[in-house]
Amino acid sequence: MAAENTVTLALRPTWRTLAANFWKERGAVIGGVIIAFFLVVGLLGLIGLTPYPVVEQHAIDRLSAPDSTYLFGTDQFGRDVASRVMKGTANSLQVALLSVAISTLAGTALGSISGYVGGLLDNVIMRLMDIIFAFPGLLLALLIVTILGPGLDNTILAISIVYTPIFARVARGQVISVKEKDYVLAARALGKRDWMILVRHILPNIASVMIVQVTLALSWALITEAGLSFLGLGTQQPEPSLGLMLSSNRALAEIAPWLILYPGGAIMLMVLGFNLLGDGLRDLLDPQGRGR
Amino acid sequence: MVRYLTQRFITLIPMLIGISIMVFGAIRLVPGDFITAQLGTEAGMLSDTQRASLEAYYGLDVPPVEQYFSWMGNVLTGNLGMSIRQGRPVVDLIIDRFPATLELAIISVIIALLIGIPMGILSAIYRNSALDIFARLFAMVGLSIPNFLLGTLIIFVLSVYFGILPTSGNYVDLTEDLSLNLQQMIFPALALGTSFASSVMRMTRSSMLEVMSEDYIRTARSKGLHERIVLQRHALKNAMIPVVTLVGIEFGYLLGGAFIVEQIFAIPGIGRLLINAITQRDYALVQGVTLFIAVNFVVINLIVDFAYTLLDPRVTYDGR
Repeated sequence: MAAENTVTLALRPTWRTLAANFWKERGAVIGGVIIAFFLVVGLLGLIGLTPYPVVEQHAIDRLSAPDSTYLFGTDQFGRDVASRVMKGTANSLQVALLSVAISTLAGTALGSISGYVGGLLDNVIMRLMDIIFAFPGLLLALLIVTILGPGLDNTILAISIVYTPIFARVARGQVISVKEKDYVLAARALGKRDWMILVRHILPNIASVMIVQVTLALSWALITEAGLSFLGLGTQQPEPSLGLMLSSNRALAEIAPWLILYPGGAIMLMVLGFNLLGDGLRDLLDPQGRGR
Repeated sequence: MVRYLTQRFITLIPMLIGISIMVFGAIRLVPGDFITAQLGTEAGMLSDTQRASLEAYYGLDVPPVEQYFSWMGNVLTGNLGMSIRQGRPVVDLIIDRFPATLELAIISVIIALLIGIPMGILSAIYRNSALDIFARLFAMVGLSIPNFLLGTLIIFVLSVYFGILPTSGNYVDLTEDLSLNLQQMIFPALALGTSFASSVMRMTRSSMLEVMSEDYIRTARSKGLHERIVLQRHALKNAMIPVVTLVGIEFGYLLGGAFIVEQIFAIPGIGRLLINAITQRDYALVQGVTLFIAVNFVVINLIVDFAYTLLDPRVTYDGR
C-alpha cells in the first residue's frame, strides 16, 4: 500500500503540471488544434460523410478547377478531390495511429522487460532491436512490404516493425533510470510480483517520455505511409491515399495543380501538427532545454 | 578510447551477421516458392527439368542453412548473385548506380550545411529576434515537408513558372558533362537538402545556445575578448561537434538511397535500382542492394561514432 501511495504522489504533480502548462505552450496548442482538425476530417472521411462518394466518377466534370460544387476540384476521372483527400486523410491517420500503437506496445514491452530483467535477456532483445535499427527506416518498410505484398494492413505491420526498436530503446533507458528509485525498491521489498511492479509502478512513471516519442513517431509514420503509397506499395487504388494521389497526379500538376496541392498540403499540415505537438510536449517535460 | 573503439568494432561483427541473416531470410519469406515469385506467370511454363535446374542454379535444392552459408561465402568473395531481369551481376549494377547516389548525397549535404549552419548560428546569437523566429519557422516547416512532396512541388514550380522540366532528357554522368550533370542534380539535392538543412539549423542553434551558457564562454568574455573571437574560437568550435554527428548519420541515410527523390527526378541511383528491382520482382537484386545499403549504413554509423570520440575531448569511454 505504501508503495502505491508513493507512486500516486510521484505522479500527480507531473500530470497536473503537464495539463496546466500545456495551454501555455503555444506550439503544442497549435499542433494539437491542427491534429484535432484532421482527426475530425479523417473521421468524417472514414464514416463516409464526404461531399461525394470517393469513387464516384463525374464524367462531364473531369479535371474541374475548385469551385462551389467541387471544393478542391476533380481528378482526371471526375472524382471529387475533397472527398478523396478526406478519405485519404482517414487512411493515413489510421495507418499512422495503428502502427505507432503497435510499435509503442511492442517496443515498450520489450524495452521495459529488457531494462528491468537485464542480463542475457536484455542482451538478446536489444541486439535484435539493433539489427532492425541498422536498416534505414524506409528501406526496411520497403523490404517488409515487398515480402508481404502491398496494402493497408501490410503497411501498418511494416511501419510497426520499423518503429518498435525506437520505443524499445527509449523504454529500456527510462526503466533502467527509474528501477532503482525508492518507490520501486519499496514495492519490491513488499514482495510485489515483477510484472506488477513494471505495470503499476514503473510504466506510469515513464509514460510522459513515451508520449513525446509517440507524437514524434506519428509524424514519421505519416511520412513513411505517404512514401510507401507514393511508390505504389501502400494503399492500393481505387482506395484514396494522399501519397498515391500525389504520385499518380504528378503528370497532371501543370494543368490541374489542385490535384497535388491539396493532398500534399494535408500531408504537410498533419506532419507539422504532430511535430509542433511533440516539440511542445518535450519542452514541457524538459524545462531546462526549453526553447533550444 | 582505443579499447572502446576496438569493442565497438567487435560488436559490428554479430550485427553484420544479423543483418545478413535478416536479408537472406526476408527474401525466402516471399509467399510461394522463390522461382514462381520471381518469374510470376512465366513460371507456369517451366518444365520439371527446367525448374530443377533453376533450383540448382539458385542453390535452392539444399537445406536453408546450407543455402545461407553458401550465399554468405559468395557475398564475402564479392558475388551478390545475378539480376534475373537485367542479366548482369548485382555487384556490377551497384557499382554502376552508386556514384549518382553518392554525388546526390554530397550535394544535399553541402546545401544543408550552407543553409543550416549560418541560420542556426544567427538564430542562436539573435535569440528571440524576428530572424530567430523566421529561422525556427523555416526549420519546422522544412522538417514537416516530406522530400517527395518537396520534390513534386519543385518540379511543379519549375515547369509552370520557369518552363523547365528537370526530369526530361537522359541522365548525364559527372564525367561526361559536369555542368549538365549539376543542373540535373541540383533540384533533387534541394529536395533532399531542405529538410536536412532544417535539422542542421535546429541542432546548430540548440548546440550554440548550450555552449554559450557554459562557464568557459563566460570566462572568455570576462577576459575582455572580442565577441567575434569568443564566438568563432570558443563557441562555434564546440557547438559543431553534435552537428558533425548529425551530418554523419544523415549522410548514411542519404547513401542508403533517396528512393523516392531518385524516382521522381529520374536519377539512376541505388534507390531507384532497388525500387525497380522490387517492382520487377528481381529478388537477387533486392537482396544484394538491401544488404549493400544496410552494411553501408552500419559502417557509416560506426565512423560517426569514431569521429565523435576523436572530436570531443570531453568524451571518455574508459570503463564502458
